[in-house]
Amino acid sequence: MTDIEKTSHPSGTAPRPADEGLDARLVVDRGRFRLDVTLKAAPGDVVALLGPNGAGKTTALRALAGLAPLTDGHLRLDGDSLERTPPESRPVGVVFQDYLLFPHLTALDNVAFGPRCHGATKAEARARAAEWLERMGLAEHAGAKPRRLSGGQAQRVALARALATHPRLLLLDEPLAALDARTRLDIRAQLRRHLADFEAVAVLVTHDPLDAMVLADRLVVIEDGHVVQEGTPGHIARHPRTDYIAHLVGLNLYKGQAEGHTVRLGSGPSITTTEDLAGPVFVTFPPSAVTLHRDRPTGTSARNLWHCEVAGLETHGDQIRADLTGELPLVADLTTVAAAELGLHPGAPVWATVKAAQTHAYPA
Amino acid sequence: MTQVDECGPVPGPPTGGPRRRRGRAAVSRRRSPVPLPLLLPALVGLAFLVLPLIALLVRTPWAGLPGRLTSPAVWQALQLSLLCATAATAVSLVVGVPLAWLLARVDFPGRGLVRALVTLPLVLPPVVGGVALLMALGRNGVVGKWLDAWFGITLPFTTAGVVVAEAFVAMPFLVISVEGTLRAADPRYEEAATTLGASRFTAFRRVTLPLVAPGIAAGAVLAWARALGEFGATITFAGNFPGRTQTMPLAVYLALQSDPEAAIALSLVLLAVSIAVLAGLRDRWMTAS
Repeated sequence: MTDIEKTSHPSGTAPRPADEGLDARLVVDRGRFRLDVTLKAAPGDVVALLGPNGAGKTTALRALAGLAPLTDGHLRLDGDSLERTPPESRPVGVVFQDYLLFPHLTALDNVAFGPRCHGATKAEARARAAEWLERMGLAEHAGAKPRRLSGGQAQRVALARALATHPRLLLLDEPLAALDARTRLDIRAQLRRHLADFEAVAVLVTHDPLDAMVLADRLVVIEDGHVVQEGTPGHIARHPRTDYIAHLVGLNLYKGQAEGHTVRLGSGPSITTTEDLAGPVFVTFPPSAVTLHRDRPTGTSARNLWHCEVAGLETHGDQIRADLTGELPLVADLTTVAAAELGLHPGAPVWATVKAAQTHAYPA
Repeated sequence: MTQVDECGPVPGPPTGGPRRRRGRAAVSRRRSPVPLPLLLPALVGLAFLVLPLIALLVRTPWAGLPGRLTSPAVWQALQLSLLCATAATAVSLVVGVPLAWLLARVDFPGRGLVRALVTLPLVLPPVVGGVALLMALGRNGVVGKWLDAWFGITLPFTTAGVVVAEAFVAMPFLVISVEGTLRAADPRYEEAATTLGASRFTAFRRVTLPLVAPGIAAGAVLAWARALGEFGATITFAGNFPGRTQTMPLAVYLALQSDPEAAIALSLVLLAVSIAVLAGLRDRWMTAS
């Protein structure tokens, strides 16, 4: 392990083998819950597993680390099969959600723990740990016990500890979840830098779409143990395929049959779009594209008009977000003033209009 | 206490004023009158536990105490007691901590039965333990026979026999105490250690052991105190030979028949040791949580 650095940089310009990186199909069967996820990533990739609580993200991470046994599937890292390799022999580094820094060891000894287990002498391990802490800007905290560190510092020590063994696969479980909102911004930016420097595969698990989109090159969305969508953050934000993602990126999402500019949703209402498509499609529009009226509007240029009822209202920044049911369930954003003028309250009937130009349809 | 007041015939507040509505003030007010049916037995119980100790102090021949405690016989028994209790604790630590780890961390079939067997010496009359040890390790015992034939080792009626008897009785205290501490410790630290390349044993040695060290220390002190006071198994398995197997409790019992003042003096030493143990563990047990 100590000469991973040498081996991962073959002298000169040796061609990169085709099977370098991560190639895994993770199947973990727990009776009532079954995880079946395929993951592929090239060295240098940062992949985010995004999904709601209980989707199986952490189980997938534990399976990659060897902490949860695979029921089926395979796990290859740079061509080596790891399914039967015990966790201590896998070239994998893990940053746990609450970091799990050893409370009885100093920051330095926490980071030195890995190199020490890989055969370095105490002095070598400490020297290497000191370098890592230096790189994380934590040199002056080397002697501190974990309980004396702030959340952000602890997070960086945990990252240094995971990186100090030169893993070929870095796993991060909700790396920012334990931080308060302020620290989160700084640490997110720092983590992004460190991940960009990392040359092997990094997989992070998060339920926060912003973390995922800032930190990862590619998102794998998991729901109920299965991959429901994967792609670049930009693509997924523009083309959500499930309600969960649409909700995360703040869009109204519908699935229907397109005939030209009209998308029919089941037996219910239809949506007029600018795209000319045929067959099964998704249609999205942002909540800000919705205009609400107390009475049926006349002379509006909007092509889409639905009769709805207010189901709920909540403040959303300096806006009001209205949750509507009725002909077409949707969420709409409006200003506080507009909400007051309309006299919105749960149960109030409203008319919602959306211009065709504000909708976006794409094949399902 | 305030709950009890609700049902029983509640003596009104001393002023005899109208009863206050339930609230923070009323609760703190009601706390003062402790119902007699609880207070009296409580005081009797307290007296029952404390009175003998006071009597011991009252009857102690303070004047001749230094002389008695430094007499060769007492000194010998005290030394032997400390030596054997410490050795028994060491034995318990070496095999008891791994046993506790096994019970806490490895899910094997029959774990409940194993735990019950480990706990058995806690409730077994020590004399029975001594008899059982004789059957196992005596010169003609199930295992003792072979120990004697192959290695020429005989344990009964030797100092080593005292250590065996004390360890048999004291180890369950250590195992139960350490197992509890291990269960309370977060096993994910061990997982974190293995992802860093530590084998399960290294993870135990470098992470778990330091984390549960206070619990192990407390268990060791408890086992040591139990070993120091051990009487029944010791006298049954190891006999009562001054200088070789006669520990303090045995000496106390013997002295009581010939020289009661010596017995009191010896008892005082054991009482002092017990108080020291309690003081050492006060953070763990004396603060009611």
